[in-house]
Amino acid sequence: MTVAPPEKPAEAGKPVAKGHPSGDNRFKMLEATMKRHQYQADALIEVLHTAQELFGFLEMDLLLHIAHSLKVPPSRVFGVATFYHFFSLKPQGEHTCVICMGTACYVKGAGNLVAAIERQCNIKAGETTPDGKVSLITARCLGACGIAPAVVLDGQVAGYQTPESLTEIVKGWMS
Amino acid sequence: MDLSDLQEIAQKENAAAKPMRIRCCTAAGCLSQDGQALKKALDEAVAAEGLSDKVEVVGVGCMGLCSQGPLVQIDPDGPLYEKVTPADAPSIIASLKGEKCKARVGDPTIPFFSKQVPIVLENSGRINPERIESYIAVGGYQPLCHVVREMQPLEVCDLITNSGLRGRGGAGYPTGLKWATVAKTDAERKFVVCNADEGDPGAFMDRSVLESDPHRVLEGMAIAAYAVGASQGYVYVRGEYPLAISRLKTAIAQARRLGILGTGVFETRFDFRVDIRIGAGAFVCGEETALMRSIEGQRGTPRPRPPFPAARGLWGYPTVINNVETLANVPAIVRNGAEWFASIGTEKSKGTKVFALAGKITNTGLIEVPMGTPLKTIVEEMGGGVPDGGKVKAVQTGGPSGGCIPAERFDTPVDYESLAQLGSIMGSGGMIVMDEKDNMVDVARFFMEFCMDESCGKCVPCRAGTVQIYEILTKIREGRGKPEDLEVLRELCDMVKQTSLCGLGQSAPNPVLSTLRYYRHEYDAFITAKSGKAEAEANA
Repeated sequence: MTVAPPEKPAEAGKPVAKGHPSGDNRFKMLEATMKRHQYQADALIEVLHTAQELFGFLEMDLLLHIAHSLKVPPSRVFGVATFYHFFSLKPQGEHTCVICMGTACYVKGAGNLVAAIERQCNIKAGETTPDGKVSLITARCLGACGIAPAVVLDGQVAGYQTPESLTEIVKGWMS
Repeated sequence: MDLSDLQEIAQKENAAAKPMRIRCCTAAGCLSQDGQALKKALDEAVAAEGLSDKVEVVGVGCMGLCSQGPLVQIDPDGPLYEKVTPADAPSIIASLKGEKCKARVGDPTIPFFSKQVPIVLENSGRINPERIESYIAVGGYQPLCHVVREMQPLEVCDLITNSGLRGRGGAGYPTGLKWATVAKTDAERKFVVCNADEGDPGAFMDRSVLESDPHRVLEGMAIAAYAVGASQGYVYVRGEYPLAISRLKTAIAQARRLGILGTGVFETRFDFRVDIRIGAGAFVCGEETALMRSIEGQRGTPRPRPPFPAARGLWGYPTVINNVETLANVPAIVRNGAEWFASIGTEKSKGTKVFALAGKITNTGLIEVPMGTPLKTIVEEMGGGVPDGGKVKAVQTGGPSGGCIPAERFDTPVDYESLAQLGSIMGSGGMIVMDEKDNMVDVARFFMEFCMDESCGKCVPCRAGTVQIYEILTKIREGRGKPEDLEVLRELCDMVKQTSLCGLGQSAPNPVLSTLRYYRHEYDAFITAKSGKAEAEANA
């Protein structure tokens, strides 16, 4: 009786890019990023950026996987992931509406935009509608003050918004 | 790669240029207004008219006047078109053959353009930010070549010191002094960091420089690295600026390919590598010690200074941290000399400053003016005042760390000291214009909410103090304020200012203090309105 050799023999002393037990291909891509940074703890933020890009949000299981790979305590990974606004630990809606609340947008009425969408979707800023259709997010400043008030709709920047123009777009998303 | 190679690339690039250039803005503001489609439409129109051998359409960086974007400029000496749509493209191209153009023509002689003195923005809107040859063609990287081949590191520090350049991130620390401190320390490793974490809401100068002229910033970093003896640099960019990040990445790869960055810069023994670190949305990371922790992959919390980063910075090694605009000034100083730079500006603030004009103002966009230019010139002449005949009430400088300057003080020259005297700060350069409809208590509350959310939570005065200040402001705003609340407010502000650990907390009360100073009556109005209402109710 012969035992089948492992598919890829591990080289001694070298970390091998292993897939996740779930077989999810995205883990391989995450692994590649970590490998590029030589599994250094300093690269944690870069790795979290990649993870969020791949998975859309940072699930607890994913954070533990990163902690394990970079050999840092889960508390540190969790601490960093919750410190920065960019990282989301909850899934986002199908569509995202980011409203800039920078000073220029604020004096041009961004507050009314937020209020209008909050009313329309019956959620608060930072939340997602129960049906998972729309997430409403506020941003600090997009640096697009020239076209204030500015919003980002599914990744596309749009300027000179009014409550009417914006609710019209969101209405399309919700139907 | 040496000077003659640079000149050869420049010559080739200039020789390949077609007699007529159509410059089309492809910075973030104009791109979001259909800029990409416009450029494509212009390209197609040129081909359709059979002008491909005479005319080229060049995607350039920011031309400044964002409120009239997308902008298109015809070179040489052609008109400037404003608010151009892709549908205007055929008409613009037809106008090159003498037909009348339907697109809106702008006036490039208005004060918005004519009063500017471009140093940092000299290439913005002129060159293609995605091609290194375009930067080399206007003399780019020659200063770096000169520095690494013909100057001693300390000479470079002296040059910058003599120019009088001060940090453009807001605090105004002399750049040459910072470099010299790091240059003189004896350490096995040193770092240069470019702070592009432009977190002040309403400021977009650094985004624009990175999107329009990324090589300039890299060149400044490389000169800084040579002067202090560093071989590794980091650019810490906000995650909110995807276009700036992608152009910077392209620029680094191009420079490395030509041997301008990497091992043996310009075939000397000087090595310099640059990596990008992307921020993750924390305002406090603009503070230098917090920024360094973030580069190290940790929570961006600041630590007490001293030791300053120049002594103990990234991973404990001496580190120079400069803002984008500061570094963008460096190549020009090397090219034109310290005396030239020192001849611009005021006695203590040399050179120019880029401001982002936004808010209730006709001409929104970026301007670069000599230090010492009065606010009146900037806001009223160049900015064109409030649209639709409104009246300017105040201008807010320095973001959440700055203050509101009332219209009565607009004859103040803009420099570090004068703005500090008025209770504001130069800050990174955001200028938000407010009109009579903006209530100053609301403005103060808006900034306090910002600081409250962005406080990292490390020190108590900032973590708890900002919440208390915010609550008092809310109370006053909702008509529940008492006259003695203003005294408590002032005391709290003073406490937070004096005892917070880092710049965020120390400057967080500024918007409240400056509005209390100039607009006390607006606070009083909410308080007396309430007691008036109470009296009326009692009488009824």
